[in-house]
Formats: sequence, C-alpha cells, structure tokens
Amino acid sequence: MIKAILIFNNHGKPRLIRFYQYFSEDMQQQIIRETFHLVSKRDDNVCNFLEGSDYKLIYRHYATLYFVFCVDSSESELGILDLIQVFVETLDKCFENVCELDLIFHMDKVHYILQEVVMGGMVLETNMNEIVAQVEVQNRMEKSEGGLSAAPARAVSAVKNMNLPEIPRNINIGDINIKVPSLSPF
Amino acid sequence: MSDVVEKTLTALPSLLSLDSQPGSAKLSSNSKLGNLIRGITELTSKHEEEKLIQRELLLIKEQVSSPNTTMRQMKELMVRAIYCEMLGYGVSFSYIHAIKLAQQGNVLEKRVGYLAVSLFLNESHELLLLLVNTVLKDLQSTNLIEVCMALTVVSQMFPKDMIPAILPLVEEKLNHPKEIIRRKAVLALYKFYLIAPNQVQHIHNKFRKALCDKDPGVMSASLHIYLQLIQENPEGYKDLAPSFVTILKQVVGGKLPMDFNYHSVPAPWLQIHLLRILSFLGKNDQSTSEIMYEILDESLRRAEMNHNITYAILYECVKCIYTIHPKSDLLEKAAKCIGNFVLSPKINLKYLGLKALTYVVQQDPKLALQHQMTIIECLDHPDLIIKRETLELLFRITNDQNVTVIVEKMLDFLRISEDDHTTIDLVGKCFHSVETCYNRISQTVFLNFSLRVRFDSVEEDKKLRLFAVNSYISLLQGDASKLPQRFLQVICWVLGEYSHLRDDLEPDVIVRLLAKLLDMKTSSSETKCWVLMAMTKLCPGGAALALVHNVSETYSSSLDTMLRQRAQELEILSQDSELQAKVLPRSASMEPVEVDSSLSFLDGFVSEALAAGAAPYKPPHQRQEELSRSKALNLEPYGLSLPISMSSCSITDRQSPTLLSISSGLSGDSTDFSHKGSSTVLKLDGVKRLWGRDGYLAQKEPTEEAPRIEAASPVRSADQLGNNNSQTPTPTPTPECDQEKQQLASSLFVGLASQSSICLMGKSDQPSQRFRRKTKASGSSEQITNPLVFPSDGSDNLLYKNLLDSPDLDGSPPEQTPGLDAPNGACDAEEESTDADMKEIKTPPIRDEHVTAEASPHHDPDGSKDPSLTSHLPAELSALSHSKTTTLFSKQNLDVSACHVQKEDSVVLVVFISNCSDSFLQQIRLQVDSEELEVSCVSDSPSEELKSHSVAVCQYFLTVKRPSVHFDLSATVSWQPPAGSPLTTQFSYRLPLTAFIRALRLSTEEYGAKWLAFSHDTKQNLTLIQGGRDPLAATLDVLKRKLQLHVVEVIGVEAIVACCLQQDQPCLMHCRMHAGMLSVWLRSPVPDLPDCLLYCCQRALQEL
Repeated sequence: MIKAILIFNNHGKPRLIRFYQYFSEDMQQQIIRETFHLVSKRDDNVCNFLEGSDYKLIYRHYATLYFVFCVDSSESELGILDLIQVFVETLDKCFENVCELDLIFHMDKVHYILQEVVMGGMVLETNMNEIVAQVEVQNRMEKSEGGLSAAPARAVSAVKNMNLPEIPRNINIGDINIKVPSLSPF
Repeated sequence: MSDVVEKTLTALPSLLSLDSQPGSAKLSSNSKLGNLIRGITELTSKHEEEKLIQRELLLIKEQVSSPNTTMRQMKELMVRAIYCEMLGYGVSFSYIHAIKLAQQGNVLEKRVGYLAVSLFLNESHELLLLLVNTVLKDLQSTNLIEVCMALTVVSQMFPKDMIPAILPLVEEKLNHPKEIIRRKAVLALYKFYLIAPNQVQHIHNKFRKALCDKDPGVMSASLHIYLQLIQENPEGYKDLAPSFVTILKQVVGGKLPMDFNYHSVPAPWLQIHLLRILSFLGKNDQSTSEIMYEILDESLRRAEMNHNITYAILYECVKCIYTIHPKSDLLEKAAKCIGNFVLSPKINLKYLGLKALTYVVQQDPKLALQHQMTIIECLDHPDLIIKRETLELLFRITNDQNVTVIVEKMLDFLRISEDDHTTIDLVGKCFHSVETCYNRISQTVFLNFSLRVRFDSVEEDKKLRLFAVNSYISLLQGDASKLPQRFLQVICWVLGEYSHLRDDLEPDVIVRLLAKLLDMKTSSSETKCWVLMAMTKLCPGGAALALVHNVSETYSSSLDTMLRQRAQELEILSQDSELQAKVLPRSASMEPVEVDSSLSFLDGFVSEALAAGAAPYKPPHQRQEELSRSKALNLEPYGLSLPISMSSCSITDRQSPTLLSISSGLSGDSTDFSHKGSSTVLKLDGVKRLWGRDGYLAQKEPTEEAPRIEAASPVRSADQLGNNNSQTPTPTPTPECDQEKQQLASSLFVGLASQSSICLMGKSDQPSQRFRRKTKASGSSEQITNPLVFPSDGSDNLLYKNLLDSPDLDGSPPEQTPGLDAPNGACDAEEESTDADMKEIKTPPIRDEHVTAEASPHHDPDGSKDPSLTSHLPAELSALSHSKTTTLFSKQNLDVSACHVQKEDSVVLVVFISNCSDSFLQQIRLQVDSEELEVSCVSDSPSEELKSHSVAVCQYFLTVKRPSVHFDLSATVSWQPPAGSPLTTQFSYRLPLTAFIRALRLSTEEYGAKWLAFSHDTKQNLTLIQGGRDPLAATLDVLKRKLQLHVVEVIGVEAIVACCLQQDQPCLMHCRMHAGMLSVWLRSPVPDLPDCLLYCCQRALQEL
C-alpha cells in the first residue's frame, strides 16, 4: 500500500502532500522535512530507492520537483517508479507542458488527477488514457457548469504556450522555477 | 514568464465582467490564491511567512464564518485553506465548513469539500460523523461523479463504526454498469476489509465475482484484496491458484486490449500483482507450484525487452521462483536473471539485484559466490543504500569463518552512517552475527565492536558506558556463575575501564565483586586473567588493598604463566600508584594502540643477544624441517600451555607491553587488512606469472572457453561459473587492486563453496581456526619483511601446529620413535601386542610400516600377513587393493584382525573375528567408533554365535568427518565363551590420511578456477629428492605413487598437483623448486586438510 505521496521542489517547499495513513499535523511536516533532507542530498546517479524500517521511499526528480512515494513492502519498487512516471506524464497531458507553477496554482486539480491514479493508498489506474479520460469528464462538467470559470485556466495555458522571446526576471518569485520537466529519462 | 502569468491572473477579472457575475468570484479568488502564493514566495524568512499566513488565515476564518459567503466563495476559501494546511499551518476552524461544503454545494463545490475533508480529517475525527449522511446521499445519487467522489472519500477514510451503514450501498455498487464505479467500490470494500475485516466477511464471494469481472480493471482492483487475503491465509485460497495462473497466462499472452499496454508490455502492474499472489500460494506447496512453472517460464521468456517495467516483472518472477517449490531449470533461469540485475549498469537494477541475491542467498549460497566481485565493488559503492543492501546480503551469508571480516565491514559502515534506523538495524545485525558464531569468534571482534559502537558521540558514549557499568554491576551482584565466560571477560574489561564514571561507587566495592569471580569454580583461568587486569586498573588505595594483596599472592604461584604474570603486575602496580597511572592512563582507553608489528624496538636486544652468541632466529618451517630431520626432539607437549596464554594475550594487549604487540597487530584492526593484502601481493608475485585465475596463463587464450563447456560435476561447474562470471564486471582492473579485492572476496565468501564440509566440521576445529587466521594475517607478511626478528611467528605457528595435531598427542606423540609405541597404553590390545613373542606383533600404531603399506597398495596388494584371513574378504572387496591385515588382539581363543579396503569412493574397514577355540562363542558384538571418522555399518557381525575355527567378517564404511593426519578407530568387542561370564575388550585401529586420499583429475583451467575459491592454505618448504636428473619429477613421482596425487601439469620449475579427500573435498597443491627446496602451497576449502596433507607429503619424502 502507498502510505504517502509527497511532491516538493528543490528547496523543500511542499507542492502536494497526500497522506493515506493518519499522522498529526506536526508529524506530517516533520516527515516532509526529513524526506526532503534524505532525498535532496542524493545525487542523480544513485538509486531511486531509500529504505527505512517498514517503509520504502521511491522517488523521482524532475527538473525542479521531487515526486516521492512512501510505500510499504507490498509494493514493487520498479512498479512504483513507473507509476510516478505515469502520474507525471498524465499531469503533463492535463496541463500541457506541466511545470511547477501548475502544481501551485492548481493544487486542487492535481489532487483530483491523483485521486484517479491512487485511491485510498491503492493503485487504482495505471493507464494514462483512462486517467485523462476520467479527469476530462470532470472538466467537462466544470466547463458546462462554471462557464467562464474555466477561462483562467485556459488563459494561463495560453500564456504559457506563447513564444516569449525572453523570460522576464524583474519579478522575484523566489524558488518558483519554470522548467518543463524532462519526461523521458529512459 | 512568471510575471506574465501573474499579470494575466490579476488582469483577467477586469477583463471578464466583474463582481456580481457568478464566474467572477472564482476569478478574483483565484487571484487571491495567486496573491497569497506570490506573497509567500517574495518573503525571505520563515518568520515573515508565518506572519503573512496567520494574517491570511484570519481573513479566511472571517470569511468562512460570515453567513454572506456563497458556496462558490467558500470553495475558493477552501483551496486557500488547503494550501495553508499543506504548508503546515493549522486550519481547524475550516474543518466544519469543509464538511458543510461537501454537504450543501453543487458537484464542483462538493468536490472541493470532499477533497478538503479527506486532507484535513482522519478516520477517528469526530466531525467525520457529520459526513456519513452526505456520503449516503451521494452514493445513491444518479450523478456518476458524485458516486465516484463518495467512494473515493470512503476509501480514503471512513469512521469504522459507521461502515455497516453504508456497506449495503457500496456492495450494491459492485453490480453497477459502469466499470469505474465497480472498480472504486472494490477498492472501498478492500479498505473496509483492512480497517474492519469481520464486517465484510459475508461478501467474500462477491470478491470472487469481482475477480471474474468482465472488465480487466475491476479484476485487477480485486487483486488488491486477494493479495491481502492470501498473504494472511494462503491455505484458504489454493483453489484459486489455477484461475490466477490462467489470468496471468492471458495477460502475458497479450489477450488484453492494447489500452492496457505500457511501453508495449501488457498490463505490467497486473502481472506484478499476480506474480506476488502466486508466490504466496506456491510457497511450501509442491502441487500448487507445479501449476505455475509453465507460466513463470513464459513470463521470464517474454519479459526480455529492455524497459524498466519489464525488469519489475522479472524481479517479481525471480522472487516467485525462489519462493515456491523449487524447480531446477527455472531456478537456473532465475539465477541467470539475477545475474543480469546485478551486473546491470543501471543503479536501480543493481540495487534490486542485490535485494534478490539477499533473498535467495540462503537457499543458494553459490549464487553469491558467482557474483562475489560485483558484491565487493558494491561494498565500495558511493551510494549508501547500495552499500547497506550489500551488507544485508553479507549478513545473510555470515558463517563462523567470515564473520570477522563481515562484522568489520559493518562497523566501517556504521561509522559513516548518520541514519538512526540504519545504525540500530546494523548494530542488531552485528550482534546477531557475533552471537550466532559466539563460541567461534575471537574476542577481538567482540571487543573492537563494543569499542567502536561507543565511538559514536561523546555524550551518548558516557551514558552508554555508565549504563553498561551499572547493569554489569547489578549482574555481578546477582548470581554470576551462570554467565558465559566470555561475557564475564567483557564485564571485567568494562568495569576496569569505566567504573570510575560512577562517582558514588568506591572502587573497593567493585574489587570485591571481581574477587567473587575469582573464587567461582566455573571461572576459567582466562577469565581470571581478566579479573586481575580489571583489578590492576582499579587499583584501590583503601580497604580493598589487603584483598588485592591476597589475591595477587594467591595467583603469583599459579601454574598458569599468564595468570602469574597478571598477578605480578597487580602486585607491583597496586603498590605504586604513580607507575599505575603511567601504565594505565584512564583517558587513553579509547586511543588506538599503535602497533609496531615488525617489533623493531627489539632490534637492539636481538643484536645484543646475537653478539652474545645466541642462535639466530629461524623461520618456523625451517625449524620444523630440522625438527623432523633430527627426529629426536619432541617439543610438542610443551606447546600445550601456549594456546591459553596466547589467546589471553591477544585480549589484553593494551596492558602488557612485553607480550602484546604481536597479537594486537593480528587482532583484526584495520591495519590487519592491509597486511593481508600486501602479503598476498608479495607472495603471489612468483606464482602469478604462470598461474593466473584461469590457470596457466600462457595457454589462456586458446583454452579459455574450455572449462565452461566441460562441466564435470555440478560442484565444479558452479565454481567455475563463479570465477568466470566474477571476472566479467572487472575486465582489467589494476592488478594490485584486483588482488586485494580477491583477497577480500576469499575472506568474505569463505565457507560458501564447501557448505557441507563446514557443517561436518562443527565446532571442534575452532581453536585452530582462530589461530590460523592470525598466522595468515601476520606471519606471511612479516616473515618477509624481517625474518630475523620475529619470535612470535614461530610460537604462533608452533602453537597452531600443536592444536592441529593434538589428536595425535594423546595417541602416539613419538611417531618418530617406534620403540616407545603406545606409551599411554590406552587399551590392553596394544599392550599385549607389544609382546614380541606373539606372531601378531605388528601393532597398528607403528606408522612407518603402515604408511608404506598404505601408500603403495597397488604395488603390494598381497602383502597381507595372513592369507587365510584375506580369503574371507567379501567378493566385491577382494578385487580391490587392501591394506595389510593386522591383528588387533588375540585373547581367550579369539583373534580380531582388521584391514581396510580402498574403494573408488570410500574406505571400508573389514574386521575379522576368528574363533580359534574348539568351542562356540556366543553373543559376539562389535562396536566401532571414531572422533574424526563417521562409521556406518555395512554388515554387522552376522552371527550371534561363532563356530569353532571359523571367521566372522564385519564391514564398516568410513567417511571423514574432520581431516587428521591419521584416524584412530576405537572398537569394543564383547563375547561370551561357552563357560563363563561375558568378556569385553577394547582395541584400536589406526588409518592414515592417505587411505582416504584419491587423485583428483582436472584440467589446468579447472585448477586455476578452483585455486582462488579455496580459503584454507598452508605453505612450506619440503626436501627435494636429489640424485636424479630431474629432482622435481622424481619428487612428484614419489608423491604420486605414495599419496595417489594427480599431477595436473608441470611447467619448468613449477608443478600443480591435485587430490581430493573422498571425492568432494578437494585439495590443490602448487609446487615450485626454489633454492634446492620444494616450496609447496596447499589450498583447500576444508580446514586442516592442507596441513594434514602437507604432513603426509613430508613423511612420504622422508621415508625414502
């Protein structure tokens, strides 16, 4: 079973936190900190697994983000590793060139996508098309109901896809880094 | 670009008509989230962030509780609350509003509400009860999305007590026409099973229905349940095994729609699940396992593409194959597969390969042997995780021979590890390793271990020490007589070193406690030494001085030299506290002891002694030869006291500057390693040129492939494979580095190749084991560096020899002096047989004759003294060569004679019991026993009674339990004469080692492959047989004739020879002519065998 899914950036700022087992608020934060501490000091050329007493950490590092799955012994390491890949590819499909900003501004959406992949700690669906289809159904409903409400999302993606000659740097938004994650490490 | 996004976000509301419009609320709020995020990222300190968020939270709080807030605004507020919550700020005020949102909002708002609830609350939160009704309502909704949301939230968390309320509804969903609903329902039910198993017991058959669902997605969801159920109770689901196999067959066969393919692998996750289930089902169940073999084979075959996910399947396959009832060809394939993992350049696969090895190594230690070089490399891998996994693997193959090295490696790792969990885990493993080999391990490891664990941190250290002192004191105050000796020794050391940490405790108290140990009957003299050491360290001034004085007086007249020494030290140091402080400074206990292993500080002494006319130092082998040549001096009995003193010396090295340095040099410090390494580099130099790992290097190219093809015996081929494989990952490393690694490898994997022999060896050979290690560690290297100044080496070696030969000591120490045969007179048979009048004078223990007889059985097959007896030999044995028939005893008209017959694969002892009287003998019983041999009866004395002048023949199969130079059989025969009471007589029979030695025919390549795999070795110089044109050939000829050795190849001044002890215990010999001597180097996986064989060679050459 999957115990927790943590996404944080290179500076340890959480971007999505989902626990499938209860931990108190403080404990959750401590887990995030410790996980970041463990994962961030590892090179890119070492293995993607970390092992604790009962749990395994399986993580992938995409550009600015770490995707960490905390699982128990019943999960297959390589299986989860590819599940992360499926998840990220799905995000990419849903957000059209996903970047860290998408995860920040559409945290709720990311959660909904994740719900279609992992449900209550169990892997529900691993087929990307199926996941996207489920998310689309919900999106359609959103559009039909929200009307204009969907506009900002579209606007954002429109802006993102514009070919900007240069990335303006006058606004300091700290650790937010816009980079398209490399999606095919293989 | 980011600012563009920001600008767009802030500009949009104004673009798209404002305020009251339904969509605008979301827009402006969305930008509020944007503002919040931007605000946060602009901040520089955690403190500022805190302030900002607190402000934000106040704002949210105000808004959510305002009655005017619409659901739409609430939804946005919730997202912000979720964001704050993710950053770690409490938003408990919004919990109730989240539930309200889920209850009252439309679908979209509901979705946010449910999400917030599932993120904020946990299963036992009381507010969750408020959600039950909402969930009930949504489950019944016609809107599929609402149903999905309800099921999702249910599987995320649901109050245990309320499960019955919604269970029927969820069950109903198993029949829902939409597969996604069915699938989520299955997972929700699984969740219920996990939190309240008894409540879903009645729907187990519905799970079965889900398993048979026409949609593969639902079926794969149901596998979650079955994995859990089968793991808990495999017996209950055996009937499903064929179904799972069929499913897997279909999946692997590509029967699923293409949608399920991932990187053109059909439903990999499904396959992984199924393989796991199968492994649970097939564990310890042959019939179930048999169903799976075919599909496992197929899976292995199909999964050949080079994608990550196929490796995931392969890994599960391999694990499954090793879990279920074994099938040899599958195991072979799986082993190959593991090889692919281990040798993969991809680090993840390597990691899994190590894990797989760890998993299978207990069943198949050879596999670790195959990959030993890779394992060694992984041990130095920069990734700690890989390192740890490697240690885990080594931990599994720990045996009494490699435990020192492995624990050493674990300790190395402990020093760089920062992770608490790892530390605890590893310390546990160290202890376990040390414990399992408790009797066999040298205390040095134990001590180093306790030392180093304490290195961790100063503060912790002090606590730990204090804790140790306290607990040990309380132990001593109780009944200490039951504690193991070694533990007592550790206690003594700890108390001596650290009891001063307890300020409130007078040293007197501890001295008294220690004195109690001295009075205990069970304390060994070694322990007593430790006690005295501890006392010396404590050295009280006060009341206990008298006690100490008493103690030292008592023991200064002890018979044990070591004890006497300690007592003297105690006596002197207790009176001179200044000297005591200088010799045993308290703070220095943790400083590493610098060891001058070349003993250069003795140089002056030696040269003085030489000048004064002392004999120069001779290396042990030279001494040995002189000893055997002169034949007159028997030094052996004197050696007996040495082992004790040596071993205690190795423990107490820090304290006695006179004796210590040698042993501490050997005691497994890290320096010890480099010693070993460098020594081999040196030693191998002469050999390596001609004899590489694959044998004779000059012929390497053309014949390299040869050994792989001609796998003569399974054992042999496995060994070869191992060596060949281990080469592949390291094509051409620098020779020294390579050799060092090989050395490490041989010390790590020692004992794996010959598992069986180790079991046979048991504990009894331990002492020699321990000393041998040391001899290897120091002797070989230092002999070269400074042969003159090294008295220790000699003693070490001598002592080792003693231990090794000890079985002979009691039997017949003066082998060289036949006149003194059987001095101990263990049995009347022997005593009687010394009587020269009788015709059966030939007492078996006269070795010289025996050896000749044995060594040349082919030449002298009928050398038996009593042809009539030989005729009684059973038909199947009479054709084989047998030894002389020797009369063991003759008494009361009963003659007992025996001979041994050398069969191809075994040795048979034939005992003839002949009745010379005219009357019947009744109830004849014969019992044969031996310490070193395993005796199994072929045909016991057939007749309960023996007619007059007839012969009864008994046969016994003999197998070697433990190699020895010769084997003593003790036998008891009892019989009843016609008139009179039953009589019993004991006698003994002795067989030389040569009776069990057979030629081992192998090729040079095989020889090369085996050479390195063997861990026990001995080197010595033998005398060459002079006179012929080719001394080497002549010498080899003698060895071949007398010992049946097989000469594999002769190249110039070198030769390689092989033989085996009863087929499966090979011993290899490398001979080299050097300076008029034949330096031989024997190697074998069997401890003691090289030494014993060497002795036989020596004898064989001397008897010419």
